[in-house]
Amino acid sequence: MPSKVEKWKDEVYGNEIREHLMEFAEKGWDAIPEDEHDAWFERFKWWGLYHQRSGQESYFMMRIGTPNGVIKPGQLEVIGEVAKEYATGPVDNPEFGEAYCDWTTRQSIQLHWIKLEDIPEIFEKLEAVGLGTQQACGDSWRNIVGCPVAGKDKHEHVDAWPVAEDLHETFKGNDDYANLPRKWKVAIAGCDEGCGQGDINDLAFEPAEKDGELGFNVRIGGGLSRKEPRLARDIDVWVPPEQAADVAHGMSALFREYGDREDRFNARIKFLMDEWGPEKMRSVLQEEFVDFELPTAGEDMRDQYSYNTGSQDGHNDHVGIHEQKDGNYYVGLNVLVGRMGADDVLELAELADEYGSGEVRLTQRQNIIVTDVPEENLDEFTSEPLLENYSPDPSPFMRGSIACTGTEYCSLSIVETKNRQVRYARWLKDNVELPEDHKDFHIHLSGCTASCAQPQIADVSLRGMKTRKDGEPVEALDIGLGGGLGDDPRFADWVEMRVPADEVPGAIKNLVNNFEDAREGGETFRDFVEDRDEETLAEMVEPEETDYHDPYMHNTKMTWYPYAEDDDMQSSPAPTDGAGEPLPSDD
Amino acid sequence: MTTDVHQLDDGAWISVNDSREVNVSDLWLLARSDFCGCETTDFLAEGFVKVGVDYPDIQARIAGQCITCGESGVTDWLTVGRVVDPDSGEFHGVVHESVHFPEKRTRLARPEE
Repeated sequence: MPSKVEKWKDEVYGNEIREHLMEFAEKGWDAIPEDEHDAWFERFKWWGLYHQRSGQESYFMMRIGTPNGVIKPGQLEVIGEVAKEYATGPVDNPEFGEAYCDWTTRQSIQLHWIKLEDIPEIFEKLEAVGLGTQQACGDSWRNIVGCPVAGKDKHEHVDAWPVAEDLHETFKGNDDYANLPRKWKVAIAGCDEGCGQGDINDLAFEPAEKDGELGFNVRIGGGLSRKEPRLARDIDVWVPPEQAADVAHGMSALFREYGDREDRFNARIKFLMDEWGPEKMRSVLQEEFVDFELPTAGEDMRDQYSYNTGSQDGHNDHVGIHEQKDGNYYVGLNVLVGRMGADDVLELAELADEYGSGEVRLTQRQNIIVTDVPEENLDEFTSEPLLENYSPDPSPFMRGSIACTGTEYCSLSIVETKNRQVRYARWLKDNVELPEDHKDFHIHLSGCTASCAQPQIADVSLRGMKTRKDGEPVEALDIGLGGGLGDDPRFADWVEMRVPADEVPGAIKNLVNNFEDAREGGETFRDFVEDRDEETLAEMVEPEETDYHDPYMHNTKMTWYPYAEDDDMQSSPAPTDGAGEPLPSDD
Repeated sequence: MTTDVHQLDDGAWISVNDSREVNVSDLWLLARSDFCGCETTDFLAEGFVKVGVDYPDIQARIAGQCITCGESGVTDWLTVGRVVDPDSGEFHGVVHESVHFPEKRTRLARPEE
């Protein structure tokens, strides 16, 4: 029997949701019938709107999908203006102020505290400059990810940007694929560094050569969620760039027809891949969903991949100053945990115009890149005061930090994440020395098993948990080690569980010191972890309290907002009207 | 009126009559349970897997783990609250910090195939 969500989707889904959304927005929050809340909030996701967690009713997270993370000239200013004007809640965040943008691990943008009544105006402003929220959430084609410097990169063999843009235009708003069994995540990259992160996507196009022609090999079924991480598997198919959309049509139609609509926990294509295996996946695609003969896989470039490999001599992120193939430079700026204040966003938009082409790009490590900077502008640009906080040359602990949304807004998260990871990174920067040959050290903090911060592919993986300390429940983290991508990707080993959150910085400090003492020769951290058993590694993680202070040890999920002075759930002003004034309660 | 119960957002919460009533991330004490070897399971709720109604009880099977021994899995059916008067639909949640006794069976909100 199809799930309840499927029933709601059968009634209204896809493009038609917008008309209802606009009607509700015009009439106000109260216009959504109380007994239809769940159905409409599920549907609104398709238009990029996610109802915030308990205690924050009537407020939405809005996700803007920017394919491949490309923010064209003129768009960043509008994003900053929208954040400043509309993304303000009842209480400021103590680290980030009253309005901010989150750059996500899928090269998208998230704004919080959006009120239903403001959505028509926001859509108008975004759409006037070619931005949109369509299919940013929900059961359909999500934002396409890829190498964030596609079309600019010296390591590129195929320019994947026009292909990504074509896929975006083909599949956004396409009624044939508007209602899939679950989300559909696609990655495409044409460079030899592996920064498209295809291995953790449902459908991945990776650069490959076949009979002297450059195109893409196809992999299927990657993903990290629900303690069921999978690497995408090679289905032995190669496509030239001009046929990538045909294979994408076929694969997403296959998912539409064969994906599980009865059990949402089993719906992602990784589970179908478990059941079928790559040979059957390929044969069903060939026989039922494409009308040309699929070439077998070409010669890939995976042995050259350096991105997030822990090798310390490759391209582990896009932070820093790098020459483009046209002789200009891109300047990758570190945005700690991906969150940038709205005023800073507006200032960066001006700087990108002044020193570059006005274009910026988002990375899958929650950072932002200013592209097309002529060499003669580099010194002046990198001397701008704004870059003191968004550095192109930050501490490894700052550039290596990723955090998901956490209990601040998310229903699923077990612990507070963003502000905690900011505090972790600052403490580690001041208190821990990595071995001199380690410039990259990735620490990813995810609030739950949904894995939005991609914890399984970090050097140090942190996942939200609870424990008791002196008998009292406190927020805690599981600690995993040694994950990463590359030719031989591997997921982290979870070695130390339920560490109280205030003992995690001490644990990382001890781990790094123990690694430095015990490593052999020039052993990298990732090799070190791979070569040792879990018991040995667990002994090297020695949780302990330090002078690090964690203000979020209590159950932040039980608050209406963890940083409010009166954070009691009963003190929430939500739901509110279009002016942010509390609406009368039914009680 | 019929009591409408379901889990949403990847099992993040239980909706009762379109109102968010029970959330993940709470600790539940489970007794007489074969979830793990602990005398009392100190259970962290990480996701609601199934929901059901055994009037007047609203019940759920919850994925999570015992934070004492680390055993993880899915509980048997736990009563998470009650709708005593179906006409008003008002939900009364149980106190999750109290001791709970998981049961083997209940009636599903939606029958299994």
